[in-house]
Amino acid sequence: MDYFDILISILGSSIRLSIPLIFAALAGLFSESAGVFDIGLEGKMLASAFAAACIAYTADSAWLGLLAGIGASVALGLVHGFSSITNRGNQIVSGVAINFFVSGITIVLGQAWFGQGARTPQLTSAGRFAPIILPGTDAVRGVPVIGSLYANVISGNSLLTYLAFAAVPLSWWILYRTRFGLRLRAVGENPGAVDTAGISVSWLRYRAVICAGLLCGFAGAYLSIVQSAAFIQDMSAGKGYIALAALIFAKWKPVPVMFACLLFGFLDALSNFMQGRQVPLIGEVPVQIFQALPYVFTCGLLAGFVGVATPPKAGGIPYVKER
Amino acid sequence: MSAASVQLPNWITYGLMPILNLTLAFVISGLLIWLIGESPINALVLLLRGALGNGEGVGFTLFYATSFIFTGLSVAVAFHAGLFNIGSEGQAYLGGLGCALVALALDQYVPWYVTAPFAVVGSAIFGAAWALIPAWLQAKRGSHIVITTIMFNFIGAALMVYLLVNVLIVPRMMAPETRIFLDGGRLPRLDWLMAMFGLRLGPAPFNVSFLIALVMCFLVWLLIWRSKLGYEMRTLGASPSAAVYAGVRYVRTVVVSMLISGGLAGMMALNPVLGSAARLQVEFVGGAGFVGIAVSLMGRNHPFGILLASLLFGILYQGGNALSFDMPGISHEMVLVIQGLVILFAGALEYMFRPALVRIYQNLARR
Repeated sequence: MDYFDILISILGSSIRLSIPLIFAALAGLFSESAGVFDIGLEGKMLASAFAAACIAYTADSAWLGLLAGIGASVALGLVHGFSSITNRGNQIVSGVAINFFVSGITIVLGQAWFGQGARTPQLTSAGRFAPIILPGTDAVRGVPVIGSLYANVISGNSLLTYLAFAAVPLSWWILYRTRFGLRLRAVGENPGAVDTAGISVSWLRYRAVICAGLLCGFAGAYLSIVQSAAFIQDMSAGKGYIALAALIFAKWKPVPVMFACLLFGFLDALSNFMQGRQVPLIGEVPVQIFQALPYVFTCGLLAGFVGVATPPKAGGIPYVKER
Repeated sequence: MSAASVQLPNWITYGLMPILNLTLAFVISGLLIWLIGESPINALVLLLRGALGNGEGVGFTLFYATSFIFTGLSVAVAFHAGLFNIGSEGQAYLGGLGCALVALALDQYVPWYVTAPFAVVGSAIFGAAWALIPAWLQAKRGSHIVITTIMFNFIGAALMVYLLVNVLIVPRMMAPETRIFLDGGRLPRLDWLMAMFGLRLGPAPFNVSFLIALVMCFLVWLLIWRSKLGYEMRTLGASPSAAVYAGVRYVRTVVVSMLISGGLAGMMALNPVLGSAARLQVEFVGGAGFVGIAVSLMGRNHPFGILLASLLFGILYQGGNALSFDMPGISHEMVLVIQGLVILFAGALEYMFRPALVRIYQNLARR
């Protein structure tokens, strides 16, 4: 295998690995822009993966699976909203609770319904989103460099992959070019001002957590009905937290979020590729280094080595209308 | 006047509300069990019998509770200083390295009671060290401690797996774990204590670290409510600006609070590593750090409350194990579900019933 082919294959798998991160990090972006911390990204993703796999299997339809995934994730988002917006509970605790609950319930229900030890049955092709071959793939395949890049990296991904990349400019547009987005960001910076203007802080924040639920739903469905063909115990495997790191690494901005997720996806792909391989001069690089790198980068950023990350000012603080 | 500012008597805030919240969490868990097609009442009976029905069950319950006391105290100490340490998980993991190194170095030469103090110090130092950077980042750079401690949980997990797989592993063995400690590196089990109550411990790994945990409860109480440092921490937690105005040194207090918190989390490792497995294994913490958050919340950040809440979660863990053994339809992970619901209702939704209780209380008081 020459170096170019290796590069192409690593790039292809980095894109595949970064899709759930992009969805989840954008979810976190919506929630945190409105001032609601969300460490339940992980749990919502896992719940969505489970619901998507269950329904995609029973109904034999990828679309219904996706819908179920989104439904489960939005429902959990509403629970998070109920505890952290309506009841002004601690948002971190609520997120931790959701993560615990989901990591248990997916296994309990999976075992009770399918009896395959927390796995859902293998999906048929109707239960999954098929790769989309972009037009002109065969025509350019022969062209050196670009042809291979187009055929193996850009084309041949699933619908959700393209949707993830479409969601990035869309999120930017919603957050920075619509009235809703302006208010959403305002409610994360200074909810008092928004309230004074006669706009409901609670309803805005609820809409933010619903958006977050929606996007996490895509992330989870991607895991179980695109990347794999079944739900596997704990299949989100910390991706929700990596997405959170990516969100901070990107300083709470949509387009940098995409690049951060691609970078972290690339690290993941690289670590898979490097497993058991020798690097000239260094020898075998331990996989754990790649696993830790996203977090090390983010901490480095937070330490101020690579610019400063300023979170939304009212993040994590419940809004109290009157004293 | 909004319901949030009405004073309720303590027995409602500290007694009735947590009980109502817990009851709701258990009712919903029961509904889930019923949905799966098992009897919730049977499940509850099996759970309680498994956790408290015999000496072995009680031993396991207390064994789990011991871990939760340490992590609960860890979260509580940071919480009093206004810091949310959700890195107890990672700090406990690193603490395991500290006490394992001590045990590996000393177990051939000295009896356990010589090793134990060094192990306590070792685990505390390693746990504290893992809290140092997030503490420093919070104090100096203002980076949110929740975020940095999450990151350090993952960095710690990667580090420990690397060390166990590549450095500490016994040569020519497959399992990524250290060698088994000799008796000099183990904490003995407390069968004599159980015997005093007429119970037989059986194979349960209830061990000396429970006594260490009780001592720590007392020391934490002393620190928070009877020392100058504790006073400074509580002032900082109540109002950072007022604390700084009053002359509390912000950076120092934040870092010291987090070091104590990390040290307590690190000591949790004594229980599973030296007290039970007698070797350092991958992922031995198993979520106890996160349970610590729930324990501390439910215990209202007071050592005595933490002790009670730890017992509750110990019962849940051991009872859940017994339940999944007796009811094959319910997998062991039901514990996680109940735990999630308890954290949700007793933690995040702790004031859900408050407005209603305020209304009832005011109506009654008016009569």
